[in-house]
Amino acid sequence: MSSGKKTVPFQGTKEQEEQLQKVIAAHKGQRGALMPVLQEAQEIYGYLPVEVQQMISDEMQIPMSKICGVVTFYSFYSLYPKGKYRISVCLGTACYVKGSSQVYEKLQQVLEIGEGECTPDGKFSLEACRCVGACGLAPVMMINDDVHGRLTPDRVEDILAKYE
Amino acid sequence: MIKTIEELRAISSQKKASVEFRHPGSKEKDSYERHVLVCAGTGCTSSGSVKIAAKLEEEIEAKGLKDKVRVIKTGCHGLCALGPVMIIYPEAAFYSNMTLEHIEKVVDEHLIKGNIVTEYLYQETVTDAGVIPMNDTDFYKKQHRVALKNCGVIDPENIDEYIATGGYEALYKALTTMSREDVVGVLEKSGLRGRGGAGFPTGTKWKFAMGSEGQKYVCCNADEGDPGAFMDRSVLEGDPHVVFEAMAIAGYVIGSNQGYIYVRAEYPIAIHRLEIALKQAREYGLLGKDIFGTGFDFDIDLRLGAGAFVCGEETALMTSIEGNRGEPRPRPPFPAVKGLFGKPTILNNVETWANIPRIIMNGADWFAGMGTEKSKGTKVFALGGKIQNVGLVEIPMGTTLREIVEEIGGGVPNGKKFKAAQTGGPSGGCIPASNFDVQIDYDNLVAIGSMMGSGGLIVMDEDDCMVDIAKFFLEFTVDESCGKCTPCRIGNKRLLEILEKITEGKATMEDLDKLEKLANLIKKNSLCALGQTAPNPVLSTLKHFRDEYIAHIQDKKCPAGKCKALLSYNIDPEKCIGCGLCAKNCPADAISGEKKKPYTIDTSKCVKCGACMEKCKKEAIYKK
Repeated sequence: MSSGKKTVPFQGTKEQEEQLQKVIAAHKGQRGALMPVLQEAQEIYGYLPVEVQQMISDEMQIPMSKICGVVTFYSFYSLYPKGKYRISVCLGTACYVKGSSQVYEKLQQVLEIGEGECTPDGKFSLEACRCVGACGLAPVMMINDDVHGRLTPDRVEDILAKYE
Repeated sequence: MIKTIEELRAISSQKKASVEFRHPGSKEKDSYERHVLVCAGTGCTSSGSVKIAAKLEEEIEAKGLKDKVRVIKTGCHGLCALGPVMIIYPEAAFYSNMTLEHIEKVVDEHLIKGNIVTEYLYQETVTDAGVIPMNDTDFYKKQHRVALKNCGVIDPENIDEYIATGGYEALYKALTTMSREDVVGVLEKSGLRGRGGAGFPTGTKWKFAMGSEGQKYVCCNADEGDPGAFMDRSVLEGDPHVVFEAMAIAGYVIGSNQGYIYVRAEYPIAIHRLEIALKQAREYGLLGKDIFGTGFDFDIDLRLGAGAFVCGEETALMTSIEGNRGEPRPRPPFPAVKGLFGKPTILNNVETWANIPRIIMNGADWFAGMGTEKSKGTKVFALGGKIQNVGLVEIPMGTTLREIVEEIGGGVPNGKKFKAAQTGGPSGGCIPASNFDVQIDYDNLVAIGSMMGSGGLIVMDEDDCMVDIAKFFLEFTVDESCGKCTPCRIGNKRLLEILEKITEGKATMEDLDKLEKLANLIKKNSLCALGQTAPNPVLSTLKHFRDEYIAHIQDKKCPAGKCKALLSYNIDPEKCIGCGLCAKNCPADAISGEKKKPYTIDTSKCVKCGACMEKCKKEAIYKK
């Protein structure tokens, strides 16, 4: 697993663990259950650190090597916690030809973090994504569930300022 | 529970008038005076349509119109660039760019007094002769909706509305009046080919899976990973039941009782509507045990993809449903022989599924009557990039690129010149302006070095550098390569490195030969479609825009002014008024000069950020 990215120690709670146990029990005996379980685990914890993978491995009797292989294969699974506000900039073709890469560069400058990283105060995390489907508003970024469209690098700071 | 066709038709006849009411010029009457259709597809939702619908309902309630006006949240209408859009029937008045502030006036004027608020309408519909229905505008006129028939018309969260359009009749017809061979015969005769990209004849695919006995599976590929493409998402959001119905028909034909829909986790609205639709179909007994009392069982489960482009490849998709890393496997054996969990499986794309119930109901000849000799029917395209009417269009096969871009798409904005259209995403290629009049179908696109792909169509103008675009797609495929086979894992990386050299002005003409040779090698030797098609953007831009590559290599210039390393920013002394705004905004202190005299840029200090150009009010700064 690669390291060197800015991150925080694992702080899972008993309640989260119980929730995870329930999810695993609900998928018991189902073929190909690993991915649905990982998806729900990520909803519970916000990300999939080694500690969570280990719990899934123990409960589902699936080797860690396989779980880790699946987690790192798909971009939807994250090994690192996300910020309070998750920013994802669309770098799909429609947004790219309309200049989303400049917006993405500007965000990196302003937040002083790189792709997949989180600001040290845990407020913002940044990632690039491929097409959120709002091509009519290109270039776009999402901050949590809000879509911000027709962006220019100029507007980035004003938009970020709205998130307390 | 619906067990007989009479029960199905009872629902249909009860709701039919209400759905028919929502067509321009409809003679039907409904118990409501007006229907307001608010688009709740992803595009319009992103621009705030959900809040608009809520505000509308609030106003309607407050003004006592609840029994007179019905608000319906539908799927995509297609004109995403003008979102949020809403249509009011019976006038078929097409409101665009709606805001919360516009609602009150629309309610007071249109819904209460019956006066259309023309200033908020899509301006194309406002003519000297009065307000025309949206179907008569340039954007809609040449379209023909088959796969998208119900999108933007019905409430996707209400199964009754789907039934009212004749939904689940095709399943009944297949189960009770057609043999398995009959269904395949109709599909083969219709000429339907897979809409996911490769264009394999659907009927033939099904036939391969019919032979053997035992457990089999039916899969729907809704892992629409091609960036800039959203056709499948729109079908799932606007008309989810059509996919279930078609999959059940396939289940009957090949002898399977279990289907899977593999849908991208990035499509939350589509997933939500699929879940609602599944629940409703099961409650009605249209999925589950003993459908229509025929003894046929069929059910469907959803599986969420997790953001891996390669999972759009059929064998990788199945490996992923099995709960593994989504790596493809060699074919043969083809999935029809050995697919999901090692059992015979057929897999079709969402748009392909959406055509099937309509073919069963209207017949093979009806479908084969549309399109070109070898490509029948219609195709949905997602128009994006430098085009006026960004959105979703469905056109008969054989329509030309010129018609799509200039007439339906409204041309390139800001007076810029059309340069190329890119189809097929990272697997496809660029179509230059010289091929503007080629009729779009599977074979013609391949002949000119591109491919149909799933239907993304991105328009580029004179400001786009074709070498940069090729590099952009290569970055994508290098990132998404699963790493299983060497030509794709290592070859594409080397290909990208050569492209980087070219865009940095460090390449030689020998590199160009190497690029071409390597690209062909990767095409021939990769394991799956991802690797086999990854060099296409390079090869097609090389074919049509070789001079741009040469300009980067020999002249060290980027003709479109896109590749940073080859650019220099300059000030035109004729235009510069010496205001000093550029120097103030330069982060590198590269600009100097005296007030009221032309400034100059020290190119050795310039970091090419473009801040000066953005700030200059006199357009005195240019790139070359």
